[in-house]
Order: sequence, then structure tokens, then C-alpha cells
Amino acid sequence: MIDIAFNKTLQSPTGQFWIELQTGIERGSLVTLFGASGAGKTTILRMLAGLTQPDSGRIIVSGETWFDSTKKVDLPPQRRAIGFVFQDYALFPNLSVRGNVGYAAGKGDGKWVDELLALVGLTAYADRMPPTLSSGQKQRVALARALARKPMLLLLDEPLSALDTELRDQLQDDLLRAHQHLELTTILVTHDIGEVFKLSQRVLCIDQGRITRSGTPNELFLQQRLSGKLNLAARVLAIRREEVIYILSLSIGQDIVEIVATDDEVVGLKVGDKVSVSAKAFSPVISR
Amino acid sequence: MSHDLQPLLLTFYLATVTTIILLAIGIPVAYWVAYTRTRFKPVIETCVSMPLVLPPSVLGFYLLLAFSPQNAFGHWLEQWFHIRLAFSFAGLVIGSVIFSLPFMVHPIQASFQNLPVSLMEASRTLGKSDLVTLFRVLLPNMKSALLAGTVLSFAHTVGEFGVVLMIGGNIPGITRVASIAIYDEVESLNYSAANFYSMVLFAVTFAILLTVYVMNKKWIKAS
Repeated sequence: MIDIAFNKTLQSPTGQFWIELQTGIERGSLVTLFGASGAGKTTILRMLAGLTQPDSGRIIVSGETWFDSTKKVDLPPQRRAIGFVFQDYALFPNLSVRGNVGYAAGKGDGKWVDELLALVGLTAYADRMPPTLSSGQKQRVALARALARKPMLLLLDEPLSALDTELRDQLQDDLLRAHQHLELTTILVTHDIGEVFKLSQRVLCIDQGRITRSGTPNELFLQQRLSGKLNLAARVLAIRREEVIYILSLSIGQDIVEIVATDDEVVGLKVGDKVSVSAKAFSPVISR
Repeated sequence: MSHDLQPLLLTFYLATVTTIILLAIGIPVAYWVAYTRTRFKPVIETCVSMPLVLPPSVLGFYLLLAFSPQNAFGHWLEQWFHIRLAFSFAGLVIGSVIFSLPFMVHPIQASFQNLPVSLMEASRTLGKSDLVTLFRVLLPNMKSALLAGTVLSFAHTVGEFGVVLMIGGNIPGITRVASIAIYDEVESLNYSAANFYSMVLFAVTFAILLTVYVMNKKWIKAS
């Protein structure tokens, strides 16, 4: 059980705001921090890691006090049992893939390093240097390295944001496997709602440094369950007039669709607008 | 016609000793200046950079005063350690170290500041102390800055004149380095000896700097 209650004043481009967080995280669970960029998610993660100091509050992990402003306890990152995956991966350019993981694992633990490399599927790349790897491979090295110290708490700062959709999917699977395999308490920062659904049992929505909502992804994001209505967020790419109707080109997720629109619907609409497309869907067809 | 090689050997010996001491001092100073958050950082930076703009004779003059047994510091050194720094090789080394300090500190400090902070933070989250982080993560990723600092300090010490003249004088085998010897030979109208020393310094300096640029190009290609 991780008991968190802390706050910190932050300077942001839009002015001052306060991070005020109070929550408990169960052991072995995977929790996502979800919110727009600039909401304070990364700072929350950094405070858990000991890289940024909260103004006041406490962090207690499995009975061990990591931070307590009233008792003047502030363990340095070295003494917190964490694994941290940075947004830019922060691989050491002077060490090979095996060197990076081995640096974290410590001397004489070659077997554990092999096991980790196998877990992330990088056994064949063990002797490569980081600058020669693709971003997906770098990501995997960063994950293996973060796991090498056998942490109690794994912190992931938007680890997949720089990857394309397909790779992202694959790495989400890797991440899930690693999580299940090692039963690690994991906190993942993301602004990708698909990731929240796929990976986490619990999601904390963060806005302006505060938890606005929390619960399972289903509870939070599927309010109109089984309404029989399909509701999609879309962006207008082009508006074209053909005879008496309009054709709208929309981008929905990773797809582009063309739909028919009437005069009334098109009034005031311009390219780049965000729109919502809904359709009655009593028996939608699902296929692979 | 043969020339006395002693001033040249002394010069390179002085430069080598100075550079080794500067490496030992320069890395911690650069590290501290790069990462400190103290209010006094500008003062420290100024002190480190002073030798860049101060006339060498000014620095030499004050060092000479400090080293003189007639003054408190020099007196204390002589009483307690039986060391006299004025007009001695040890005095030259101290003067050179102070004089070339910015040439070692600046490239290394800039390199520390240019390394992504996340490298250091990552090493910390992996449980490594700052010292381990320094030697296994930070320094190996700034080879070109270390080389630049080493070479510039060495070359600068080879070319130093004012400080050496003030605190060392012109004692053959002890403080008569090549730059002093050149001046001395010209004074006594011995142009051929002056030319010999000058040619050697010219060639060595060129070779050293060329090596640096070639190495740097290699490292940039490699990374």
C-alpha cells in the first residue's frame, strides 16, 4: 500500500498553480495518471521518485517513510526502491544495451540481466550502443533498466508518447506482461485514453495538480453504457459541396471517413473544427 | 650548433605536472560550479575566470608577495614546512595551476551543463551515488571536453611568460622555461638559440592542437 499526501506550488507558463494530491495506491496495481499536458502529472511522478521535493506532506510506501515534511524525512532517489522510465529514455550513450541494464543490476548478476533482456525481447541487441537503436528498442532498454533494481514501485513518464500506433500497441503488451510477471506496483503517466483502458485498473484524472475524478477506466469514461448510440470525436479535414448535399471528410482516431451532411449541419463549420459524430447503432457489426 | 635542451624539457615537465594537478582540481570545481545553486556562484565563476583577463604580471606580482618569506603566508610556509615558493619550481607549478585554471574548468563546466539532466537523474533512480554517476555516466560522455581542457591547459602553460618571470625568475634548470629562455637569448642577441626554442614551441603547439581537432572529429562521427 502506498500512502500519498503532498502538495507543491508550481510555476507554469499560465501562472502559479498548486499540486495537491491525496490518495492510496494498492500494492501490485497499475494506476494511470491521466490528464492534459501541463497538469502536473510528471511533477507528481518526480516527487514520488525523490527527484523533486514536495513543499509539504508525506509519502509512505509499504510502511517505509520516503518523505515526511513534519518529521523532516526526505529519502534521496538512491534509497527509494523505484524504477523510473523517463520520457526521453535517458539511456547512457557510453554503455551498450547490456551495459545499461547491467549498470542498474549491479555486478555479478548476469543471469538477471539476461532474463530482463529476454523479457523485453532484446537478447539479440545486447551489444548494440543506444544511438544505433530505434525508439521502440530504446524504450524497451529503458524499461528493462528500470526493472533491473527489482523496485517496489515502477514509475513511467509517458513512456510511449514518442512511438507510432503499432509500436505503441506492441509495447503496451510488453508492459502488461512485465507488470503481471513481476507483480510490480506501477504508476503510468499518459494522455492517451486508449492506453488508460488497455493498461490500468485504476485511473486518476489530473487537472491543475488535483485529482478531479478517480475510478476504473470503465466507470470514468463509459458513462452512457449500452445506450445503443455510437459517439465519436472527429476533426473536420475538408468540406465539399456536391449537388444538394455536403460531403465532410473527417479524421476519427487514425482513420479518415467521408460522411454526408445537410445544410444545417454545415453552417458555421470550418476545416479544423472538432465535432462529434453520433449514430444509432443497435447491432453494430464487429469484424477483424 | 647544439643548443641547451634544458629549458624545453623544463617547460614540458612543468606543463605536464600542471595539467595533471589541474585535472584533479578542475573536474570537481567544474562539477560544483555547474550544479550549485548557491547565491555566490557568480563570485566563484569570476574568481575562476579572472586569469583570462588579468595581466599575468599582476597575478605574478601578488603571488610573489604572498610567497615571499617576509610576508605572513610565505613565512608560515617556511617555518612549518620548510618550503620556499618564490623562485622555485613548486612556486611555478602553483602559479601555472592558478593561471590555467579557467582553461580546464570552462570546457568541462560547459559540458556538464550540456549533458541532459535526465542522465544524472536516471543514474540516481538506479541507486547509484553521485560519485559513481560522475565516473561511470557523466565523464565518459564528455570525452571531448576533457580532452579540450587538458590540451588547452597544457598548451597555455607551455606558452606562459609573465607569471613565470615574476615568481620564477630565470634560474637555469629550476625556473628557466623555454619562453623565458627565448626572451633571454634575444636580449643577448643570440638569435639562433631563440629561433630554435621558438621553432620547437611552434611545432609542438601546432601538433597538439591538430590532434585535438582530429580526435574531436572522430568522436563526433562515432556518436
